Amino acid sequence: MAQPLVKKDDDRDDEVDYSPFLGIEKGAVLQEARVFNDPQLDTRRCSQVITKLLYLLNQGETLTKVEATEVFFAVTKLFQSKDIGLRRMVYLMIKELSPSADEVIIVTSSLMKDMNSRTDMYRANAIRVLCRITDGTLLTQIERYLKQAIVDKSPVVASAALVSGIHLLQTNPEIVKRWSNEVQEAVQSRAALVQFHALALLHQIRQNDRLAVNKLVTSLTKGSIRSPLAQCLLIRYTSQVIRESGVNPQTGDRPFYDYLEGCLRHKAEMVIYEAAKAITELSNVTARELTPAITVLQLFLSSSKPVLRFAAVRTLNKVAMTHPMAVTNCNIDMESLISDQNRSIATLAITTLLKTGNESSVDRLMKQITNFMSDIADEFKIVVVEAIRSLCLKFPLKYRSLMNFLSNILREEGGFEYKKAIVDSIVILIRDIPDAKESGLLHLCEFIEDCEFTYLSTQILHFLGNEGPKTSDPSKYIRYIYNRVILENATVRASAVSTLAKFGALVDPLKPRIFVLLRRCLFDNDDEVRDRATLYLNTLGDGSVTETDKAVKEFLFGSLDIPLTNLETSLKNYLRDPAEEPFDLYSVPKEVKSQSFAEKKAPSKKPTGLSAQPAAPTSAPDAYERLLSSIPEFASFGKLFKSSAPVELTEAETEYAVNVVKHIFDRHVVFQYNCTNTIPEQCLENVTVIVDASEAEEFAEVGTKPLKSLPYDTPAQTFVAFEKPEGVPAVGKFSNVLRFTVKEVDPSTGEAEDDGVEDEYQLEDFEVVAADYILKLGVSNFKNAWENMDPASERVDEYGLGPRESLAEAVNAVIILLGMHPCEGTEVVPSNSRSHTCLLSGVYIGNVKVLVRLSFGIDGTKEVAMKLAVRSEDESVSEAIHEIVASG
Amino acid sequence: MDSCPSVKNILLLDSEGKRVAVKYYSDDWPTNSAKEAFEKAVFTKTQKTNARTEAEIAMFENNIIVYKFVQDLHFYVTGSEDESELILATVLQGFFDAVGILLRGNVDKREALENLDLILLCIDEIVDGGIILETDANSIASKVASHSIDSGAPLSEQTISQALATAREHLTRSLLK
Repeated sequence: MAQPLVKKDDDRDDEVDYSPFLGIEKGAVLQEARVFNDPQLDTRRCSQVITKLLYLLNQGETLTKVEATEVFFAVTKLFQSKDIGLRRMVYLMIKELSPSADEVIIVTSSLMKDMNSRTDMYRANAIRVLCRITDGTLLTQIERYLKQAIVDKSPVVASAALVSGIHLLQTNPEIVKRWSNEVQEAVQSRAALVQFHALALLHQIRQNDRLAVNKLVTSLTKGSIRSPLAQCLLIRYTSQVIRESGVNPQTGDRPFYDYLEGCLRHKAEMVIYEAAKAITELSNVTARELTPAITVLQLFLSSSKPVLRFAAVRTLNKVAMTHPMAVTNCNIDMESLISDQNRSIATLAITTLLKTGNESSVDRLMKQITNFMSDIADEFKIVVVEAIRSLCLKFPLKYRSLMNFLSNILREEGGFEYKKAIVDSIVILIRDIPDAKESGLLHLCEFIEDCEFTYLSTQILHFLGNEGPKTSDPSKYIRYIYNRVILENATVRASAVSTLAKFGALVDPLKPRIFVLLRRCLFDNDDEVRDRATLYLNTLGDGSVTETDKAVKEFLFGSLDIPLTNLETSLKNYLRDPAEEPFDLYSVPKEVKSQSFAEKKAPSKKPTGLSAQPAAPTSAPDAYERLLSSIPEFASFGKLFKSSAPVELTEAETEYAVNVVKHIFDRHVVFQYNCTNTIPEQCLENVTVIVDASEAEEFAEVGTKPLKSLPYDTPAQTFVAFEKPEGVPAVGKFSNVLRFTVKEVDPSTGEAEDDGVEDEYQLEDFEVVAADYILKLGVSNFKNAWENMDPASERVDEYGLGPRESLAEAVNAVIILLGMHPCEGTEVVPSNSRSHTCLLSGVYIGNVKVLVRLSFGIDGTKEVAMKLAVRSEDESVSEAIHEIVASG
Repeated sequence: MDSCPSVKNILLLDSEGKRVAVKYYSDDWPTNSAKEAFEKAVFTKTQKTNARTEAEIAMFENNIIVYKFVQDLHFYVTGSEDESELILATVLQGFFDAVGILLRGNVDKREALENLDLILLCIDEIVDGGIILETDANSIASKVASHSIDSGAPLSEQTISQALATAREHLTRSLLK
């Protein structure tokens, strides 16, 4: 064992902060590192110095480039010593220093020697170190040893080689893929962990080959896997295969379900849990399939291990969202978890109960929760508030006790996020439960009397302005609002003024009194407040200018039909290089950026190696617009109406990766082919796409823009433009061939040879569909927007959609067909429901707003019927939408 | 979820939340200050819980953290929220028990710092670049302590004291079994 690094002092027991590294300093340790150069190595001392260096690095100290290089060279000297302990520290140190390519060469030979050593630990560790620091060129030299190591009889060595293979697959896939045979042999290893690592690597090698994965799962589920970890992996792969293959339509059986169910009886908890989780996550899982999984999870609920309880309750919580009935059996166990020491478990139990509870148990639950709320953290409270909100929407009759609960917790201490969650919940309840409106508004009024968050105050004031005037006695809110003008900061005062104006506009009897209050605001010491007061006094008819009643309401209540994020970017762009002419609101793109959600989530998920495609070259519409207008041939096409999402025209991992973006103009379409060359030894020149539009009669090719050169791994674009009849949503199918001149490239110099060969590469077909002519555009309040459209423009018809897998699938298909924006979360179909209404909005080519209301119904034989109601600013567009559905 | 189980970090902190040894495998925390902020947050969040008999668990910033305390040492293993809680707990248990074996039952901060080399090797043997390498405490400990002289080295290179140390080592290990 290693020795203490500092001499033992007799009194060190009394010292509280004793540490062998007390007062340690980088400079001094680097000095000490000179012992590495001694001709007679003191192995123990060297070990200690390395430990000190690692300690410093671990504490967040960094070495400069020069220091790191010096330490690295010194450490390489230690390969002379035969001491295993020291060698292990050397390995650690080299990994920690992550040397640069030219430094790696220094240690390569020493590590290769260790890779062939008789000592297992040397072989295993040398492999791990070498694979960590090496680059592709060296890999070909050591490949032979690695293949050997994979089937080494020592499990340590085999695991080291396999795990290194998993890492290397990210950077040098073509080499690792050659190891398939050895890896396959290792899957049969008797050593548990080797089996696990081999299976992981084998799957990653084959992950893009669906058939191979299917075969792998089929053969292994018959039972040759012993390691629990490998078994967990196999369960994950199996559920992936299940997802892709779907249910057998004849028997209604799901392939591999028996295997998953069998795993529920495995002796390792890890495997049982993995299988139970996999079953609950099956798409369209039936109650019969769920039952055995729920039963084992229920057993876990009363385990003595917190981790097990947590895992079970978290999974059941997810199940409760989609299949509340399946979880009710666990309610008794769940209730006892409310008092669990671990508050995460308690919160999950509470929210699960809120989802599964029935109407009669609500009051009892609320009582239990009230005691529980005081001693949990804000983040848990938010979860509970959200659960209560959905419970209230489920049982509207119980709104009284739930609303009371919310107003009580609103009065208690809490941070901004928590208060915001409560306010949001009350607002939603008011919106959806008419009976709750009056009491809810009063609760909110009381809250803003003593609210420290400006954001919440202004939100509530805005909401109050919209809802308050429509209540039976609007005058009772005025006091609360005017108090804000007296007591609060400028931001809140300004929004209070707006709210007062809204009351004045809608409630005639109050108008004179509102004028009195607004006139007082004219003397406010803040510009914005005074300006608003003046503006509203004039628009409401107190001054010389009088607007019509309708104009006033449109001004006060009309919503901005532009996504705010787009407005923000446009304004920022405008400010960056201010132009002479004023900012034009109509120049803001109306397309909703659907990827904004994905972006939010993106930082937490890193792309997993190969499976992640290189990101499309900026998908923002304005980026496309800039790109297209920079090409003179297309500049005359006018304003870009819509750009589609990229459509892949090649399979993953082919020689050339190509996708297409469809740009729609008034009288033209432009196809932008994004090409990537994935062969390092080639450079493509004069790249064009030959498009055959024989199945797209209304389109006529007007121009192409070839790509001069396409070097390795640098995406570039080529374009083809078509003319089409103006304003008509012409559709058609296009087949494509990539034509280019290929030149060999010398990988060492990167220079291309002079002569090239002409070649072609078949791409997949794609279509221009009706959805390409519809812009996604959200509306904030669908009901209002619907009612404001001319009812005469409405076109209603019914359609039979034939047998469908599920209602959700039918809804989704129609949304994709129309390419419109689903509003108010109506694209989500609760499972097992027999009917559903979905609201869509969008803009049709020619800038015509369209709203769609879809009502779906499904019967016992899975026949889906749909009623389609369309309103738009132009009757012909309403009819066009029907045509799309009728022909789609 | 379709991929291999992975560990985002392994932390060994003291009773004030200071680092004893840490190892990060994911780039969720790119800078040292981000790492320290994460450690501080995790420590404060878990400080008041009793994780001495059984491993405890918490969710934090879309991560699952399993942890266990002994004396003045706090052991943590972090994974993503999609990761299986039980697999993470197995890694934690392997780490925890292996440290126990390596420190011969005297698991506290001072002992850990005095044998920091063993702790670092131990972490190195449990997870490699986020992939679980070994979870069995005995295997981990024996890999770390597989000792001290290369069996291939000639005996004459061993000094007497080294030979004695090796002998003592063998004896204690046979007693511990």
